[in-house]
Amino acid sequence: MQDFETVEVSTDLLIIGPGMAGSGACVEAAHWAKKNNLKVTVVDKAAMERSGAVAMGLSAINQYQGENTPVDYLSYVRQDLMGLCRDDLVMDISRHVNGSVHLFEGYGLPLWKDENGNYVHEGRWQLMINGESYKAIVAEAGKTAVNADNIYERVFIVKLLLDKNDKNRVCGAIGFSVRENKIYIFKCKACLVTAGGAVHVFRPRSTGEGMGRAWYPPWNSGSSSYLTTTAGAEMSSQEVVFIPGRFKDGYGPVGAWFLLFKATATSASGVNYMGEGLAEGGELHNWPPYGEVKPIPTCLRNHLMMQKMYSGDGPILMHTDKAIAKLAEQAPDEKAYKKELKKLEAEAWEDFLDMTISQAVLWASKDVFPEEGPSEIMPSEPYFIGSHSGASGAWTSGPEDIQTDESKSDYFWGYNRMTTVNGLFSAGDGVGNSSHKFSSGSFTEGRIAAKAAIKYCVDNTDMPEADSAVVDKLKQDIVAPLKVYEENCAYTTLGATKKRYDMPVEEVNPYYITPKMAMFRLNKIMDEYVAGWGNQYNCSATSLNLALQELKRLKEDLSKLSARNLHELMRCWENVHRVQIAEAHTRHKLFREETRWPGYYYRTDFPKMNEEKWGDVFVNSVYDEEKDEFKLFTRKKYSLVDIKEVVGM
Amino acid sequence: MPSFVIQEKCDGCKGGEVTACQYICPNDLMVLDEDLMKAYNAEPDMCWECYNCVKICPTQAIEVRGYADFCPLGASCMPMRGSEDIMWTVKFRGGTIKRFKFPIRTVPEGSVSPDGGFGDGEGSLDDQLLYTEPASLRADELWTMADHQ
Repeated sequence: MQDFETVEVSTDLLIIGPGMAGSGACVEAAHWAKKNNLKVTVVDKAAMERSGAVAMGLSAINQYQGENTPVDYLSYVRQDLMGLCRDDLVMDISRHVNGSVHLFEGYGLPLWKDENGNYVHEGRWQLMINGESYKAIVAEAGKTAVNADNIYERVFIVKLLLDKNDKNRVCGAIGFSVRENKIYIFKCKACLVTAGGAVHVFRPRSTGEGMGRAWYPPWNSGSSSYLTTTAGAEMSSQEVVFIPGRFKDGYGPVGAWFLLFKATATSASGVNYMGEGLAEGGELHNWPPYGEVKPIPTCLRNHLMMQKMYSGDGPILMHTDKAIAKLAEQAPDEKAYKKELKKLEAEAWEDFLDMTISQAVLWASKDVFPEEGPSEIMPSEPYFIGSHSGASGAWTSGPEDIQTDESKSDYFWGYNRMTTVNGLFSAGDGVGNSSHKFSSGSFTEGRIAAKAAIKYCVDNTDMPEADSAVVDKLKQDIVAPLKVYEENCAYTTLGATKKRYDMPVEEVNPYYITPKMAMFRLNKIMDEYVAGWGNQYNCSATSLNLALQELKRLKEDLSKLSARNLHELMRCWENVHRVQIAEAHTRHKLFREETRWPGYYYRTDFPKMNEEKWGDVFVNSVYDEEKDEFKLFTRKKYSLVDIKEVVGM
Repeated sequence: MPSFVIQEKCDGCKGGEVTACQYICPNDLMVLDEDLMKAYNAEPDMCWECYNCVKICPTQAIEVRGYADFCPLGASCMPMRGSEDIMWTVKFRGGTIKRFKFPIRTVPEGSVSPDGGFGDGEGSLDDQLLYTEPASLRADELWTMADHQ
């Protein structure tokens, strides 16, 4: 095996993963760092211009407060997550988010405006944008702020490093270049992990070429969760996945159709299942108080859809044709009608072309014209995405000033968005229980965390240091899959042939497992035992314990991962990251003995919501890496304000 | 297979500093075969069809063929991304062609200022104001719990 050069980089603040949250962090950190003579370094496994969840673009900004108050937004988030969120984190983002959106406009992002120059809302909180270049524009601001010399692209971070004298303090990160034989060791005083959520933990619905067409991007492999968990940080709500209901197969967005065009969805037999669920005696009344109040929580909307599907009244149809006809009918004459129809058609297609081009390809390939007939919608596989209607992520300190006397002792420990590990911060998909931040709120949370992280660097001027023996071992572990391949590949005929493609799933060798096969094994375990779509989102203590047995064996086999090149080496480590969040998720699901989010998952042995026992607690966990043990426990949820009325969408 | 490279059109970006598709792909799928000086998508089943390789290719050598496990053949969506807008040509399987043009940015690439034109703001490291606030909020001050009655 070729030698690897070791590159060491010393800095004050290290930002891992400059997606939306990390880009916000770059803008904010650079400002405060300059004032305090500190250095900011950024590391990205891809190219920052198009990295992270917004790499393709977006057609809307989903969190803008406008004239609404943070309490209004909290009422909506708490309702959507069936009562559980961190009020301090949600309101903190809410009070800053308008500023982020105004910054985007200043950076050159085209926001739709009406004839009076006001933003065009898709719903109460959502703004329509021409967002093809959303990430490129925001990344440009971040890159300009921190300076290109301080950005390391195509470097995959495998693990965080802890101080040799204080195991509860971060001191750096280690990873490798996916382009050249180099191991990177970053040394820092503070570290901000904004490395996204996780996809392909559960089996995707498409399993051929279309396997990459997850709703959330396939490159989000659970790194935020892995890095913070294995550093010993307390994690929260790892059971709360998100399942979007989207246009079938392409996972194209439905927001514009529901909110802007006021389309309705029905079961195959034509039942408006939302209306039916809401009506007196309907299913939603089995989930009080959240089911009885509008807006209907995301999981319950899924639940109603799933009830129809699994009772044989699928597929679910979105009546795009009726919605367009109704809107166009409002035109005063034939000419205006045609003009309106053309405008609506362009808006509908832009919705796809800005953020889910595959859906446009799919409609074109099936000759689908939305004005002519309905289209199928479908719940996807589960994803880990703390920024959307999921809640998984690190347990972090909140702001000092949005607390009650009671909450402060549990929710605040010195630095906003710091995890329970000193100097280790997170934001975006990395932070739990601050759901519904989306792109703009993630950028905002990155800003909040970055400012606090710089303050941490100012307050803690000594440079922590990793144990050199630990670093040496990690350097060997990181490249081990390359060694496994090299030592064993000649055992089979295929190993000796020259192959064009990087990932031959057919390369059978008794001495190793390819990264893709490890992922397939994980996908099968999670799908069948931990409430994937294949088991109609059902699980029980029995199935979850079976999953834990299989995950243990899979973890053992991860030492036999093989990689033929640096790209495959990245795939190996991505799957190590995925397995970690899979196990944490399974344990959290097992611990919470109720079904709180029907439509995300069902505990068939505890099919009801139990408000008394589980209604005001988060499930948290701490992982002890040396013992390979999880400790699970509950944390109290504090209501910082009384919500008198839920403000809708 | 999601994105694919047309052999005749690809020159491996031999005139440029980097191979554009290899530089931009968020999932590290595009690989340059240095012997042939041609790029290819080495892991199509992990392609998100984000189209970043298609948009960035200087010789328009990259296109997308919809995922074959659920897309019938014959359709395409092709972008032409300029400095201010993007033009899409959607070709349907049945022959229909639709064209759409959308703006992509309002200021030239390379001219973005991190403060968005709002200035540094009035905060200090010890308060709750972020960089550019309160000007960027377009409000006089930041919301606090005291504002909630």
